[in-house]
Amino acid sequence: MSETSVQSEQQRNSGSGSLQPLVQVENLKKYFPIMGGVFQRKVGDVKAVDGVSFTINKGESFGLVGESGCGKSTIGRTLLRLNDKTEGSVHFEGKDLHALSKSELRHMRTKMQIVFQDPFSSLNPRIKVGEAIGEALLDHGLVSRKDLKDRVIETMKICGLADYHYDRFPHEFSGGQRQRIGIARALIMDPEFIVADEPVSALDVSIQAQIINLMSDLQREKQLTYLFISHDLSVVEHLCNRVGVMYLGTMMEMAPTDELFSNPLHPYTKALMSAIPVPDPTLKRERIVLQGDIPSPANPPSGCKFHTRCPMASDICKEQVPEYRNMGNEHFVACHFA
Amino acid sequence: MAKELVEFRNLETHFKTSAGTVKAVNDVSFSIREGETLCVVGESGCGKSVTAMSLMQLIESPPGKIVGGEIMFEGKDLLKLSKKDMSRLRGNDIAMIFQEPMSSLNPVFTIGKQIAEPLLHHLGMTHKEAKARVIELITMVGIPRPEKIYDSYPHELSGGMRQRIMIAIALSCNPKLLIADEPTTALDVTIQAQILDLMRDIKSKLNTSIMMITHDLGVVAEMADFVVVMYAGKVIEEAPVLELFKNPQHPYTQGLLKAKPIINQRKERLYSIPGQVPNPVNLGDSCHFHDRCEFCMEICKVKTPPLRAHADGHKTACWLYEEEGKSNERNVGSVGTTAE
Repeated sequence: MSETSVQSEQQRNSGSGSLQPLVQVENLKKYFPIMGGVFQRKVGDVKAVDGVSFTINKGESFGLVGESGCGKSTIGRTLLRLNDKTEGSVHFEGKDLHALSKSELRHMRTKMQIVFQDPFSSLNPRIKVGEAIGEALLDHGLVSRKDLKDRVIETMKICGLADYHYDRFPHEFSGGQRQRIGIARALIMDPEFIVADEPVSALDVSIQAQIINLMSDLQREKQLTYLFISHDLSVVEHLCNRVGVMYLGTMMEMAPTDELFSNPLHPYTKALMSAIPVPDPTLKRERIVLQGDIPSPANPPSGCKFHTRCPMASDICKEQVPEYRNMGNEHFVACHFA
Repeated sequence: MAKELVEFRNLETHFKTSAGTVKAVNDVSFSIREGETLCVVGESGCGKSVTAMSLMQLIESPPGKIVGGEIMFEGKDLLKLSKKDMSRLRGNDIAMIFQEPMSSLNPVFTIGKQIAEPLLHHLGMTHKEAKARVIELITMVGIPRPEKIYDSYPHELSGGMRQRIMIAIALSCNPKLLIADEPTTALDVTIQAQILDLMRDIKSKLNTSIMMITHDLGVVAEMADFVVVMYAGKVIEEAPVLELFKNPQHPYTQGLLKAKPIINQRKERLYSIPGQVPNPVNLGDSCHFHDRCEFCMEICKVKTPPLRAHADGHKTACWLYEEEGKSNERNVGSVGTTAE
């Protein structure tokens, strides 16, 4: 165990050693309007992402965790400009993504790819898998029709698929294989940056491990940068260099993986960690069980958004939004008591 | 050891499909004792839900049919009961909660009405008595303001609250057995922790037996007294929870335990079981795990291993532990997941 942890330490340091920012997100906000009344006027906003800032360095994998409705997927989509932003900025390789023209953006898109959660609904059932994987490459004119099939098969093999899979349809594949197809589709563009939105959540444990290993192999071989979105802290811990914890559209805590897991500062992070069932029946743990449900992002609580469920909450939490501050070791936290 | 409440004896549930027969449950035997939580664990398609549905006799026919075996409940074979007797039992002595709390509640009836239904139907309560009991039940599952919830509709509640309501409905008639089919899979971890706490609480208060179906070994470790591991329609291993986690015997169980990333135990690389679950259509005589198993021998490909006890209360179906496979035994130790 100690030997392997040293190895992973080295690997992680080498991953973030150069520290060249690839994606810079500053005060990003994304509100979705709520329409209501007879004339379908705007009556409010769902504040899906409410002022989030972070940087992803080259070759790093950055994890975003949080429960449903915390805005982690919206960040992923807004980062790739699949959504328009409401406020703030996203810089990719120093260029403001949301200020690019259509053709510039189209060019930029080849460098940023996304892998979706549900491998069943993200593939067109009527298109052969080989064609689906090669589609974007052809569309961007990055390969001649003649070479297309070779490129596709090469990528399929990298992702653990066989060449005879080329002419098959999505329904002939299992969940794990479909996720491999999803990864092949992203990978064939030779991207620098991949947003993986819950890529293993729909898979069984034994298949999940295969896909996680594939993703970390690919990262090492191709120096990819990942934004890895997940609700599962243990998967994120395994795959990421740095982790951000979100709650109701706000970043609550962000730190390098080892730092975050050995020394969580925010009460929400602590609760989230203690809520994960550990496969060891001999373990007796003091569990922090949070009371109540996640409030609606259309009407978030005042002050610290977590105060309604926080075991440590006091009056100041209801009134003042806690400052998001650096506690040293690149460990950021937004809590009055940290 | 406590008395047996349910005993599955060589249960066979098959589904006819255009491609052939799927033996979703293939010669499954195990028992659930009184006051015990038994977890059935396995990946999708291993037959864990079909086993539970067979017990409730909720298998849709066609295409499904229970073609053999017995399901003993308090000494009676459920498969021989009349439809009327079975429906008297269902929701009364045996209750079930499902994975998706939204789709298992009726959107057009109030919560109060839905919880009261089994009370009126099975226990013959008057509406007034039923209302009082419903309020009591809603309070018991930890929802504040029960009077208000009584008149609410399912869409007004969150996922965790809906699952609490499902539990309230299941508990309304004080069942002897509660079947929970992936009760927390659709929920967030913090809500999952609440629901698991609630279920443990209920078990200790009411001494209900629980049959819990899950794919999450973490949930198993936390909830189970006894564990049954299924793969491709068969029980491949069963043991008390401490024994199973300490000393898993079947290569599949060992693989599952190693493949799961565990918080604060970061590994360089996750162990992964190669390949995938076999196509369930027309599976022949063999160990169904043989093409993914690193200890596969000739006999594994042609003959189904029997489920036999190799230690006290610990049964395994694997040729590695049989006379016929003894020559390979040397390798068995090296796959152990627990450090010696």
